[in-house]
Amino acid sequence: MKKLSLGIFLSALLLVGLSSCNPKRIESKLLINEVLMVNENNYMNDYGIRSPWIEIFNKSYNVTDMAGCYLRMSNTPGDTATYTIPKGDVTTKVAQRQQAIFFADGEPNRGTYHLNFTLDPEKTTWLGLFDTRWKLLDQVTIPANTLGADHSYGRVDDGKPEWEVKGNSSKKYVSPKANNMIKESNPKMEKFAEHDKSGIGMTVSAVSVVFSALLLLYLSFRFIGKYFSGRDEKKAAAPEPIAAVKAEEKKETKAEVASDEVYAAIAMALYEMQGGMHDVESGVLTLVDQQSAWSAKSAFMRSKPERK
Amino acid sequence: MGEFFSFIGNNLADFWGYTGFANATPGHFIMILVGCVFIYLAVRHEFEPMLLIPIGFGMLIGNIPFNMDAGLQLGIYEQNSVLNTLYQGVMTGWYPPLIFLGIGAMTDFSALISNPKLMLVGAAAQFGIFGAYMLALLFGFTPMEAGAIGIIGGADGPTAIFLSSKLAPNLMGAIAVSAYSYMALVPVIQPPIMRLLTTKKERVMRMKPPRPVSHTEKVMFPIIGLLLTCFFVPSGLPLLGMLFFGNLLKESGVTRRLAETARNQLIDVITMLLGLTVGASTQASEFLTLNSVFIFMLGALSFVIATTSGILFVKLFNLVLPKEKKLNPLIGNSGVSAVPDSARISQVVGLEYDPTNYLLMHAMGPNVAGVIGSAVAAGILLGFLL
Repeated sequence: MKKLSLGIFLSALLLVGLSSCNPKRIESKLLINEVLMVNENNYMNDYGIRSPWIEIFNKSYNVTDMAGCYLRMSNTPGDTATYTIPKGDVTTKVAQRQQAIFFADGEPNRGTYHLNFTLDPEKTTWLGLFDTRWKLLDQVTIPANTLGADHSYGRVDDGKPEWEVKGNSSKKYVSPKANNMIKESNPKMEKFAEHDKSGIGMTVSAVSVVFSALLLLYLSFRFIGKYFSGRDEKKAAAPEPIAAVKAEEKKETKAEVASDEVYAAIAMALYEMQGGMHDVESGVLTLVDQQSAWSAKSAFMRSKPERK
Repeated sequence: MGEFFSFIGNNLADFWGYTGFANATPGHFIMILVGCVFIYLAVRHEFEPMLLIPIGFGMLIGNIPFNMDAGLQLGIYEQNSVLNTLYQGVMTGWYPPLIFLGIGAMTDFSALISNPKLMLVGAAAQFGIFGAYMLALLFGFTPMEAGAIGIIGGADGPTAIFLSSKLAPNLMGAIAVSAYSYMALVPVIQPPIMRLLTTKKERVMRMKPPRPVSHTEKVMFPIIGLLLTCFFVPSGLPLLGMLFFGNLLKESGVTRRLAETARNQLIDVITMLLGLTVGASTQASEFLTLNSVFIFMLGALSFVIATTSGILFVKLFNLVLPKEKKLNPLIGNSGVSAVPDSARISQVVGLEYDPTNYLLMHAMGPNVAGVIGSAVAAGILLGFLL
């Protein structure tokens, strides 16, 4: 019965754990974040030229290196341009939650951030970002004629799965090398300030979480404790082996295994034989002065150089 | 000759400008006095000497006046100074988890494992945190600052430092000093509340002796404890992870050297650095503000609320427990996780009324549960507010 209830408890725990798994999460650190195809009055590259650009976002909270990754573009299946992000450029390391811009100007000789392809807004464009082992990190397909001049196709917020056309309203702004949604305040704090001025909501929710966590721990160890105390009780209640069997067992043990005292005597004898505690004067117990670097300073000092 | 003397005179005048005497303010002297009081309390009355001596001396170090415009890189708030480098362990929050590693390696959870319902007493005492949180909001602190202040009620110095370094680094000095001060004052704060909230009959209640706990259970505890609490509150991982890791080192029985190092040398080194740098962070200019006064006041209240809620919870809990399993309400105060002081208070107050009623072992259960509870609460506050 105890085992059954323990089994039910553990199964329920496992079920809750598994049902809470969310397989939809984007695991990739680097994501394509925003794409602008027709650049008339937007972000200028370091040569003073306006060209289409692709923004990559480091979603993680750690520096991530893009060196050796691949940016691929295709307008028609089977015809794919590939740009390898060069190695050996320290600027390919993107800081946590930061963006990097690649200019699709077809001029890769101009530097690390200049791609060997351009973008055509009149054709459906597929963009893919691959890691150094050709594992797809992120991809996006921009339908033909979706983007006008200085409009971009970007994630609603950095790293979020939803995309939208930006640049056609004041709320949906094009944001090269900046957050897709600029946060002027801390929404969490605003919510707390608005809905939980006294802190009761927080107290209720936090205390219930503390209690739930410790209640779960309590239930687990209640079951475990019951199991172990039951086992101990069983052991204690088990009948003693009958005397004859016990004596036989004892005999066998005696024949095979020596007692601890015997081992101790052998060890002492061996130690003494190897020049242990006694000096040459037999019968007089003295300690041999064994100096080492641990006990005597002189043992680890250099000897005085002698002139020959 | 006259020029030479004027040169000497100017040099000495320049030197005077760099001395502490020339740069001292009344604030410096007040803080130096507070530091001396801490050292006095530690030496004379043995109030948390391991904490109050480093903090008190840190206050002296942090409040030696010097010319702050000279760029001497001396102060704790000057980048790349020695003190600033040591202070990074506090600022980035890696000292507290190392302290928790040591605490885990020295804590015996047997009392809790043998009577797991005591975990709920540890949970109840965390009301102190949230009571102080609500009061702090009432005093006009922002939710993040209120969360950092509230954790003083957890009575856990490392947790308070860890959380305040994340939520309100500007208040960390005051919060840390307040938390450690009240932890030292647990023997003064708790007994009157315990006497007030319990009847004489309740104080002499005897509890069932704890059952012996097997080695397997002790090994299972840190593993299951980590999995269950951190699946619930992943933001508590730095503290809970290290606490349970330290405990596994202790209980596994095969890593004695590591456990010894964690509970002796490592925790000693970190305690010294943590105490000293927290003390030094209380520079008069940063520390002597009205906010610090409020924080001290709220800290005291949070300890009162935590103690009260722990005791009242035990009394309520007793209503549903069978007669032979009832708990002595005097162990309710030990849910406040000042280990082992609050458990010791249960024992001392219990012995006053029945010299043969030893409550220490029973009180250690909620006491260590309080450590887990306050780390979980810190994780929740971090998760909700950051």
